[in-house]
Amino acid sequence: MSDVARTTEVAAADSPAIVKPKRRVRASKPMIDRYRWFEILGLYAGLLVFLFFVLSPFIEGFMVSLKPLAQLFSTPYSFIPKRASFDAYFQMWQSVPMLGLYIFNSFFISTVVTLIVIAVVVPAAYAFARFQFAGAGLMLGAFLAVNMFSGAVLLIPLFRLMRSMGLLNTYWAMIVPGAAFLIPSSIWLLRTYLIRIPKELDEAAWVDGASRLYTLRRVILPLAMPGIVVVAIMTFIGAYAQQFIFALTFNSKSEFMPLPIGLFAFFGKQEVVWNELMAASFVGVLPVMIVIVFLQRYLVAGLTAGAVKQ
Amino acid sequence: MTSTRSATLFALALLAPALIYILTIVAYPLVDTFILSFTNAALRPDYDWVGWANYQRIFTAGNFTEVIIRTFIWTLLSVGMKMIIGMCGAVLLNAAIPGQALFRILTMPPWVVPMAIGIYMWSWMYNGQFGMISGLLQNFGFISRPVAWLAYGDTAFWATIVTDVWIGVPMVTIYFLAAMQSIPRDLHEAAWTDGAGRFYRFRRITLPLMVPAVLTMSLLSLISTFNSFDIIWILTQGGPSGSTTTMIIDTYKTAIGSRKYGEGAARAVVICIFVLTFCFVYFRAVRKLSQGEAK
Repeated sequence: MSDVARTTEVAAADSPAIVKPKRRVRASKPMIDRYRWFEILGLYAGLLVFLFFVLSPFIEGFMVSLKPLAQLFSTPYSFIPKRASFDAYFQMWQSVPMLGLYIFNSFFISTVVTLIVIAVVVPAAYAFARFQFAGAGLMLGAFLAVNMFSGAVLLIPLFRLMRSMGLLNTYWAMIVPGAAFLIPSSIWLLRTYLIRIPKELDEAAWVDGASRLYTLRRVILPLAMPGIVVVAIMTFIGAYAQQFIFALTFNSKSEFMPLPIGLFAFFGKQEVVWNELMAASFVGVLPVMIVIVFLQRYLVAGLTAGAVKQ
Repeated sequence: MTSTRSATLFALALLAPALIYILTIVAYPLVDTFILSFTNAALRPDYDWVGWANYQRIFTAGNFTEVIIRTFIWTLLSVGMKMIIGMCGAVLLNAAIPGQALFRILTMPPWVVPMAIGIYMWSWMYNGQFGMISGLLQNFGFISRPVAWLAYGDTAFWATIVTDVWIGVPMVTIYFLAAMQSIPRDLHEAAWTDGAGRFYRFRRITLPLMVPAVLTMSLLSLISTFNSFDIIWILTQGGPSGSTTTMIIDTYKTAIGSRKYGEGAARAVVICIFVLTFCFVYFRAVRKLSQGEAK
């Protein structure tokens, strides 16, 4: 995949071996990239429609969070709030007393999942990247096959398994299965990074008398750090974005609920308090969103390295 | 490095944690599903072997074939729309215009926000009386009366698809964008020198070279869409009157809702068989494709 990554400035930035090309000066924009005025207009119009589709739920959600309930449940519909107020952002802490805990739980579960996945995946990816042993290809294929089964399909036996392990209604009921379904793609992703590290380094360490474990710990790990960071971020996002079904089925204690399930309780009430639900959603995801804005290049790198070309 | 026995042992030791983890949490439940599907397991601890009875029941009684067909239509529509919108998005984001970097960031939120939270927002937007979609369409005069999108079979079916597309589009777009950028620039420059227009270059250079990326993404999103649970469960719980009940919802209702573990397992097995078939077909397609290139 290296040739792919190199052309993407985003991916290039994460590997220290590749020098980031200097940004092209705008004045000397090549002729091929010049657009006629109507093309520019078309592009921006298209982008407007596209981004409207992608962002409208967030914009509308934000507007809703600013509207008092009485205005929310009134016709005719108006997109812009008439009397905008941030009341919902203060009231929600009373209506959902455990909101802070839900936000923390979401974060905590995703973090533990990420730690487990990294601990398990780093050695496994190294094994697949460096050693030729009988059945390696088959085993890698078997790992990838896990991706085909969603947690929802295996819910019944997983439920029985969690019950017999005594994990129901604990954090582990969400963490253990959550991590399992993220391991295979993480192995695949990290393996592509590790393959790029020259084998000669391992051999040099070997010749100098370093043990295999020492080589992995002191030679490979530091070099693989950018890749590990990408895998960790991808895993975290996966764990964070997909918290629903395990938390819905394997846990009924509200003190362990992650944000999405905690907010799902809103729907149980007689009248859904939409403005507070939206306000709580925004506050809940805000910390992670801010982090992601800064880390987005790693996300792009992770997505493209994992799949584009092998 | 030497490929001695100790190296193999070391590799296996490195693999052991991942292997044990997956065997316990994925492989064992998978085997358990197959075994359960031949039993009448339910909430009570003991159960009996019933042979093919579960499979006989789901295929003869009820509307299982209807559910299968619905699942396929739902999945194909959703994947098709994801591919088309994703491709359009990638083309737009690939254009060298000011603001490009910002637009790329703005594409990502649906992917990184917890899915369920995005779906809550949609469920409000679909609200008939007060929701945005019905409201805006009325304001612009496209519809005369409020439409409760999730209350009718047809509209609920499409509404769940649109939300699924919305969640899937960012990933597809970014992926296609990366694939587009990996196309050697020389090709475009050569064609441009020869006077080929933008649209012609897209059709004759970009699209053909994107085929592998489109195939890969189609399979990935086919599998995830086929298994899509959260969206339908939060928006409609499979209703109204079963019009959005896909196989996965059907399985969940049988197994977790009605506590018929055995029958639910049989339904899950049917899902697994379909997913395996997709993968098999996909690998055949890829092999054919690479053979075609080799010629």
